[in-house]
Amino acid sequence: MITKRIIPCLDVKDGRVVKGVSFVNLRDAGDPVELAAEYDRQRADELVFLDISASHEGRKTMRDVVRRAAGELSIPFTVGGGIGSVEDMFEILRAGADKVSINTSAILNPELIEEGARRFGSQCIVVAIDAKYDPDAGDWFVYTHGGRNHTGKRALDWAKEAVDRGAGEILLTSMDQDGQKNGFDLPLTREISREINIPVIASGGAGNEQHFAEVFEQTAASAALAASIFHFGEVSIASVKEHLRAKGVEVR
Amino acid sequence: MLAVIDYGMGNLHSVSMALKRMNVPFRVTSDHEEIKQSGGIILPGVGAFGDAMRELEERGLVSVIKQEANQGKPLLGICLGMQLLFSSSDEHGYYQGLNLLPGHVVRFSGDYLIPHMGWNWLSIKHPHPLFYGLEEDYVYFVHSYHVQARNAEDVIATTDYYQPVTAVVARNNIYGMQFHPEKSGELGRKLLERFVLLTETKVGV
Repeated sequence: MITKRIIPCLDVKDGRVVKGVSFVNLRDAGDPVELAAEYDRQRADELVFLDISASHEGRKTMRDVVRRAAGELSIPFTVGGGIGSVEDMFEILRAGADKVSINTSAILNPELIEEGARRFGSQCIVVAIDAKYDPDAGDWFVYTHGGRNHTGKRALDWAKEAVDRGAGEILLTSMDQDGQKNGFDLPLTREISREINIPVIASGGAGNEQHFAEVFEQTAASAALAASIFHFGEVSIASVKEHLRAKGVEVR
Repeated sequence: MLAVIDYGMGNLHSVSMALKRMNVPFRVTSDHEEIKQSGGIILPGVGAFGDAMRELEERGLVSVIKQEANQGKPLLGICLGMQLLFSSSDEHGYYQGLNLLPGHVVRFSGDYLIPHMGWNWLSIKHPHPLFYGLEEDYVYFVHSYHVQARNAEDVIATTDYYQPVTAVVARNNIYGMQFHPEKSGELGRKLLERFVLLTETKVGV
């Protein structure tokens, strides 16, 4: 059967990895392509590059990163950040990315999902959702602009709309859990992954191997993403997979 | 030299990059002469079956590919490219394929996630020179339609996604891989290398 995927995420600014890394065997740990190639060797299943450059120059640099990554990697990778049009998608996909991830731009212009899916196929279009729990409303809501803007949209409604419009995958980040290292947001991930029929990537909160086991045992997530815990070597791809195998979760 | 067929569909880049990494000489082309001069053909493809056949037809590539394949030139279809080798598909209507192998392409249907996306185990069904020296492992799939081959012996490897799914096909000089070998880690790279070797040695089966 299809395996659960483990996905490291690299934040890239102006062509450099933002959060520091502690792999001693890399010549240049700030080079996203070198770091990505290391994750490929460690049998990561996919990679996500998140471009957080603010400038036009930074975005152009990202395309060079994508081109070099495509030359090096033997696993699929997704690029997100600053993709606001079908033309932007085309540039990134042509540079060699397998998928593009859209977040704020999809909220501002939901037709972007349809246009992208029609032109490049649903399998290329990942819709990233940043969700935060509102205890008064008893539900999760979508935030944009890196979590600054409350959209008023319920996470589940938006996920369903994204699916209807042709998204191929949902990258679901819990803003409540992100950076906390005390586990994925199980109720959020459970609700969304149960209600939609495309893969959900759980993101935010992973701190140890057991957190990955929980998210796969207790939700229908297809993949789990983490960033700093992998970069700092607190948890390795291999140790996560070993733990999952021991728990009976099939991984590559 | 290998010819990677350029017909305006999908991402040719990843296959080209993989060949470059392997130091295999290749040309991305839709030029009939170049295809005829090549030692082997790779037909990649992402997108819809009917669109792909139309694009091939418009470039006069259907007859060139069939002619070369029928003369014994090694041909590898990847993902949609593998599906195009077969007789027909149900994707958004009914379309005829290259008909180099008998069989039909149908959509996955059931109460499970579609597309079939991610790493899945490649089970070898028949020994074949393509698999020489290789061990089974996971490979990367992304597809919503799958091949039902008419001849069971043409299917040399399968994977399991709520049913046995055609993963590698081979008959004489015709080969197909439903997964993306260029995105499938070490086993993917080795399978591409084996195909390249078969084009060089012209090993018959």
